[in-house]
Amino acid sequence: MIESHLPAYIALTFVLFSVLIPVFGLWKRELSQPLAVIGSGVAAAFSLYGFINYLNNGAIRYYFGGWEPPIGIEFVYDGLSGFFVLVINAVAFFVLIYSGEPSKKEFPGKEMPYYALAMLMMLGFNGMILTGDLFNLYVFLEIASLSGYALIAIGEKPAPYAAFRYLIIGTAGGTLYLLGVGFLYTITGTLNIIDMTAMMPMFAESSATVAALILMIVGIGVKAALFPMHGWLPDSYTYACTSSTALIAPIGTKVAAYILFRIILWVFGIELTDAVAPLSYVVGVLACIGILYGSIMAIAQSEMKRMLAYSSISQIGYIIMGLSLANPWGFAGAMLHVLNHAIMKACLFMISGNLRLKEGHSDISRFDDSYRKKYPWTMASFSVAAISMVGLPPLAGFFSKWYLALGTIDNSNWLFLAVILISSLLNAVYFFRILEKVYMMDPEKGQKEPKDGTYNEVKASMLWPTTIFAVSLIVIGFANAVIVGILLDIFPM
Amino acid sequence: MDLSLVPLMAILVSLIAVVPIMLSSEKPNLREFWTILAALIKFGLVLTLLPGALEGKSVELHLVDLAPGLPLALKADPFGVFFAVIASGLWIFTSFYSIGYVRGAGEHKQTRYFASFAVCLSATIGIAFSANLLTFILFYEMLTVATYPLVIHNEKKDGIEAGRKYLAFTLTAGLLLVAASALVYHYTGTIDFTPGGVFTDVELPHTTMLVIFILFLAAVGVKAGIMPLHGWLPAAMAAPTPVSALLHAVAVVKSGVFAVTRVVGFVFGVDVMGDYGLNDILIVLSGATIILASLIAFAQDNLKQRLAYSTVAHLSYIVLGVALLTPFGMQGGIMHIAAHATLKITLFFCAGAIYVNLKRKNISNLNGIAKVMPWTMGAFTIGSMGLAGIPPINGFFSKWTLALGSLEGEMVIPVIILVVSGLLNVGYFFPIIYRAYFKPGEGLEGYGEASPLMVVPIMVTAVLSVLFGLFPNLFFGLYDLAVDVSLSLFNTASP
Repeated sequence: MIESHLPAYIALTFVLFSVLIPVFGLWKRELSQPLAVIGSGVAAAFSLYGFINYLNNGAIRYYFGGWEPPIGIEFVYDGLSGFFVLVINAVAFFVLIYSGEPSKKEFPGKEMPYYALAMLMMLGFNGMILTGDLFNLYVFLEIASLSGYALIAIGEKPAPYAAFRYLIIGTAGGTLYLLGVGFLYTITGTLNIIDMTAMMPMFAESSATVAALILMIVGIGVKAALFPMHGWLPDSYTYACTSSTALIAPIGTKVAAYILFRIILWVFGIELTDAVAPLSYVVGVLACIGILYGSIMAIAQSEMKRMLAYSSISQIGYIIMGLSLANPWGFAGAMLHVLNHAIMKACLFMISGNLRLKEGHSDISRFDDSYRKKYPWTMASFSVAAISMVGLPPLAGFFSKWYLALGTIDNSNWLFLAVILISSLLNAVYFFRILEKVYMMDPEKGQKEPKDGTYNEVKASMLWPTTIFAVSLIVIGFANAVIVGILLDIFPM
Repeated sequence: MDLSLVPLMAILVSLIAVVPIMLSSEKPNLREFWTILAALIKFGLVLTLLPGALEGKSVELHLVDLAPGLPLALKADPFGVFFAVIASGLWIFTSFYSIGYVRGAGEHKQTRYFASFAVCLSATIGIAFSANLLTFILFYEMLTVATYPLVIHNEKKDGIEAGRKYLAFTLTAGLLLVAASALVYHYTGTIDFTPGGVFTDVELPHTTMLVIFILFLAAVGVKAGIMPLHGWLPAAMAAPTPVSALLHAVAVVKSGVFAVTRVVGFVFGVDVMGDYGLNDILIVLSGATIILASLIAFAQDNLKQRLAYSTVAHLSYIVLGVALLTPFGMQGGIMHIAAHATLKITLFFCAGAIYVNLKRKNISNLNGIAKVMPWTMGAFTIGSMGLAGIPPINGFFSKWTLALGSLEGEMVIPVIILVVSGLLNVGYFFPIIYRAYFKPGEGLEGYGEASPLMVVPIMVTAVLSVLFGLFPNLFFGLYDLAVDVSLSLFNTASP
């Protein structure tokens, strides 16, 4: 019987632990982080079990309290939501293990509120994905956002300003989304996603529906950092503390991307989305501009975290591009990239965190070739993640690009294909630059002898998550056919 | 005996060897032992595939699916075995030579050097045995990444710039290859290498075909050094000489021409190439490359640079032969893969020996060195004569076959190009020999030959060049193999 309650269990786990952490944290502060790890671990285990159950028995519609919609609240655990919760909870589990050590340095004494907030944010993310109701989605969006603002405000001196900026822009985005939902409610009379999907063909060509769709795309586009709504992201990710960035960067924008997938491919369907204006193509072009803009800006950065932040803008573009292609290969590529990018970005932000902890900075121009002796495993993980970001086989990053490329060709969309190829080269520029610094002497600084360094790796609780993510990129590379086989079945058309 | 795992083992053996090589970084002798051991095992494994290949059989192995319906698949077909025999065989000599070179020159980071070398060889054999384009891309990119640490090995300004240039060229090429393969998959539904091509059942507009071909050409043309895509090759001469010898005369660039042959013979197919007139592009580009690169070689005073441009020219011999689309042309091109490999590796070995021994890089400083390094210069002479196409050394035979191939295709201009280029070869190699033997040298007192670890491989490759010239079938039936491969492409093509 546990299967039919799984959607609720996943979200309720986070509710439970967001209460448990303050209770135990007030008693013993050191318990906060382990509790958060357990909470996310339990949620990840539920997600994994749920996904296996989905593969065997199909989707679950869960009515809270047995009340059927439209009166009651519904959670839907189908392929798309199952895949997303599995990805975000699994990544969060490892990141929370990792964050124990840096949190002691970055905000000593405040672990209890931090991890309670982290659990609330995860509740918001999971709720957004699992809910079957557009208004509830907004509620969860606000839960996730409010706790996210707080988490980002912890960090360097400019972090509160960055968080405030994000708050202003993010709230505007959330409001636009809510407006869109309001429009749809007046037209269709329902907020339930499945009901609305059934009714949509009747209303798709009314101007209010199109307005609602645009409002929702723009509003969620802010959260997804879709170009040109990305302005909040670089500062937030750069100045927030390592623990927050590593937690939010890999999964925050993905959840927003999930909403776009749900609305465009499920609720509206690609034909109705494009019924009045070629909206999906516009979104795709914006994604392309974002890809190139993010990559070029990343090349211009000398701070590793900032570089990674711009790279995130670029990578979210791949996911949105796959969405706009709206064919099986594009969808599979985008979904695979959700997984790949979550792991790559988590790994890379962890690496920048390792360096910040040990060196006190992550300024690329100050990297030198002693790092390869001091941090051999961190740097090996970096090499793997970097090569995967560039997209060389057999690492995971190659395959999302391969499927996206197949998707662009299926649509004869040569512009998008060219963008994918060019962006890979730009990625190579900013990642190989660091590899050069770390593994080689710097002749421009007149260096004649390789620098020596003694082994100075971070503690196991930080190192293991980093290396596990790096290794998993190789594993996913070889196992991607299985994953993509599942993803192709999820595609709605 | 079941051979199906042999191709995989041949690929993996040097990849696995990386672990003991890294672990024994403090014990150079043990570390080099692993390299030699891996080289010998690899060669032995490849040789076990040879009897089957001579009978025209292939060994196939499907591993995991890389993408739905697209497996990581290996296929040791005759052409793959041909290339693998050359690459793995020459790796043995290069390994010995490398030991002499890096110790003689006191190179730093020798562990990284030997480890990268081993990965490169895995990638090269992987390229030889790839059964489809996706597997091929995997190993092609792996070769790029593994060669990079070797190109930048000196970690000086020229090395790092060469490395950047190398990556810029090869990564772009890799992406174009991905795009081209995706297009092939889209239009034909398969990406397997098939003798006679995959387009046999598909009618495509001429422009589409042209676009796909140009994407492929740009992708594989970079490693094959076809002008104007050759820019990385002379720059990469900043690498240590054994790297130039094996990788930039055998493994990397030959992977490029191997890929050209795969694309022409196994993706497009001889008939489709001819029907769409795609080979004309190749003939023009390769013909121009032969002449231009030979002329540029004249202007180089740095010995390795001159050899680099000579390499660019000779790679295009192979491309030209393939592009002729005649059985003899194909055969000559494939033969020249082997011929140029032994000859050029000899020449690079000589250049390295001269550098380590005398610290001289420029041709103008080579006066009279034959007196102190008689064996090395003797080998150099053999190599030069071979590349100029003077019988009985093995370069002659492949050129002769190439000429036959162009006559078979009723084309005269390629023959003229071959003759002119032969003269140019004499023109840029002869002055070196002349200086070494007949001009009085300075400051050579007290110098002798380089260490035996270097001189012996030089002599062996030089002798091999002569023996292959006299008896093309003496070792491993390479000549028959080349003939078989060439004929197989034409037999399937003509119904």
